[in-house]
Amino acid sequence: MFKRNKILSVIVGIVAILGIASFMVPSNALTATAKTTIELWLNKPQAKVNGETRWIDDTNHSVTPISKWGRTLLPVRFISENFGLVTLWDAKESKVTVMQGGELAGTISEAGSTSVLPLAEKFALAFMKKHPKVRISYTGGGTGAGIKQSAGGTVDIGAASRDLKISEPDLMVHAIARDGVAIIVNKGIGITGLTIDQLGKIYAGQVTDWKDVGGKSGKINVYTREEGSGTRDTFQSMVLDPAGLKMSPACLAKKSNGEIQMSVQSDPNGIGYVSFGYTEGVKGLLLNGKEPTIENVKNGSYPISRRLYFLTKHNDNLLVQAFIAFCRSDEGQKIVSQEGYIQLAD
Amino acid sequence: MSKHEQFSEKLGKSLIFIFASISLLILLSIVFFIFRDGFLAFKENGFFHFIFGHDWNVQDNTFSVLPLIVGSLVVTIGALLFSVPIGFSCAVFLAEIAPEKVRNIVKPAIDILVGIPSVVFGLLGMILLVPYIRDHYGGPGLSILAAIIVLILMILPTIIAQAEDSIRSVPSSFKNASLAMGATHLQTIWNVILPCAKSGLVSSVMLASGRAIGEAMAIYMVIGNTFTFPKSLIDPSRTLTSNIVGQIEEAAVGGTHLHALFGCGLILLFIVFILNSYSFFIKRRGCRSC
Repeated sequence: MFKRNKILSVIVGIVAILGIASFMVPSNALTATAKTTIELWLNKPQAKVNGETRWIDDTNHSVTPISKWGRTLLPVRFISENFGLVTLWDAKESKVTVMQGGELAGTISEAGSTSVLPLAEKFALAFMKKHPKVRISYTGGGTGAGIKQSAGGTVDIGAASRDLKISEPDLMVHAIARDGVAIIVNKGIGITGLTIDQLGKIYAGQVTDWKDVGGKSGKINVYTREEGSGTRDTFQSMVLDPAGLKMSPACLAKKSNGEIQMSVQSDPNGIGYVSFGYTEGVKGLLLNGKEPTIENVKNGSYPISRRLYFLTKHNDNLLVQAFIAFCRSDEGQKIVSQEGYIQLAD
Repeated sequence: MSKHEQFSEKLGKSLIFIFASISLLILLSIVFFIFRDGFLAFKENGFFHFIFGHDWNVQDNTFSVLPLIVGSLVVTIGALLFSVPIGFSCAVFLAEIAPEKVRNIVKPAIDILVGIPSVVFGLLGMILLVPYIRDHYGGPGLSILAAIIVLILMILPTIIAQAEDSIRSVPSSFKNASLAMGATHLQTIWNVILPCAKSGLVSSVMLASGRAIGEAMAIYMVIGNTFTFPKSLIDPSRTLTSNIVGQIEEAAVGGTHLHALFGCGLILLFIVFILNSYSFFIKRRGCRSC
């Protein structure tokens, strides 16, 4: 995605396809009737889509419109995807294809992070409704499985809930949303919040009783995810690593966000960490006094959050590219906030 | 024998030979692959550290499995301790004491229980057993006790069905002779029928213990999966099999993590091998005395 966004194409081509481009013709009459209006400025990495400001490339803020040969060159993917077109980049031939309409058909298989699962399901439902001949399937397994299977080619798209490490396979990384990690406890417990420091000590096995962190006496049952979970890695790097702590081997391990949620819901002394999408029926704790809400992640005050990604091989097919473009479009990002995740643009 | 018959005879024999060799080949290749990758685990971690250490840390790349071996053995032996006496008594009751009517209802029911997928037992354990243990005995509920009970429920039908078959296959002439000599029914059961059925009974226990030690998913759901030694029945732990189930999806191909998981498989293979040789030994002794 990074590379593709940097491709600048001659503006005239896009204008010819669409015939609506307020940035060329600053006419009020025209903007009033236009369905989609995109405003861009030379050498500015932010643009306006229907009046809303957003990054042209949210992962690379140096991408701007430029002037060359007396022409204005715009990032073709940003323009075309906001107009609802499918843009393909063929790395082998260095070729850009922009398409409008046409019927998509085929199957897409996805696997990986269970944090992405609820969102991916909604993406799939909306996309299949738009393109009835497309079938999309999703299996969990955790971020590690998503990376492994997309690199191995057993699935078209892998899902990850953390950044890829340098040691991991070379894959195309497409950010689809942001997500917070909530610390959850049973509803019956008399605790409303913890500090990051206390949380780290609980998971390292240094604090084992609720009375040591201000609750009623009772042994803490600490739930964690299996190795390879992206949520676990996020937790590890944002809570334990800064304090130089290691996760205690006595933590009870589960294979998915859903299982952690279920266990904590039924265990009066349980504590666990899950994606924001899995907080129903349990209590989300305040961390350093900050509530686990989307607003607090947006303004940066809630301490544990990460990006969610789709991973593909470099030569992914048309259908997969169209699907990912849909997830990143306005329509897809609306689903993101409906499902309790955080939009990329926010 | 006509020419046609001779031909079909030969064809039949060679077909059977081919299928038998295929299954043998598959078995051998499984053993080969487990050995190849499992052996690397011993090499990379050091034989003694891998078996007798107790730290399993993917990030630090150190692997050792003593808590897992202990977990596997405790759970399996615990389940056998209860299910063998109960299962044998039930089998004797069904084969020798129960009226035909009762047997006709109970036996098919047990045969059905044998075929229930283990995940179903795991699910029941997770939803009913775990909260019960947590509320009444303390701890997180996820415990070796829950795992043992789930395993008992799982292997009891196996033991009963097999043991009952082997008790019934004792020739009735043996039983009649014993009764004619003036022995009571219970004496006959204890002194004649059970010793004669010994090899069948032993293989029922072996089958059950194989199922118990090899069970992965049901145990994964109720045992809690900590990397710790259980100190009491209500403590959580982890078994060799549930460790493989929990982590195999994450292990990178060719990495030390995957080798360590294969190492777990190799240890399991070794335990099953010991169990089977032991049962072979008992069976041979059983034959001579009967």
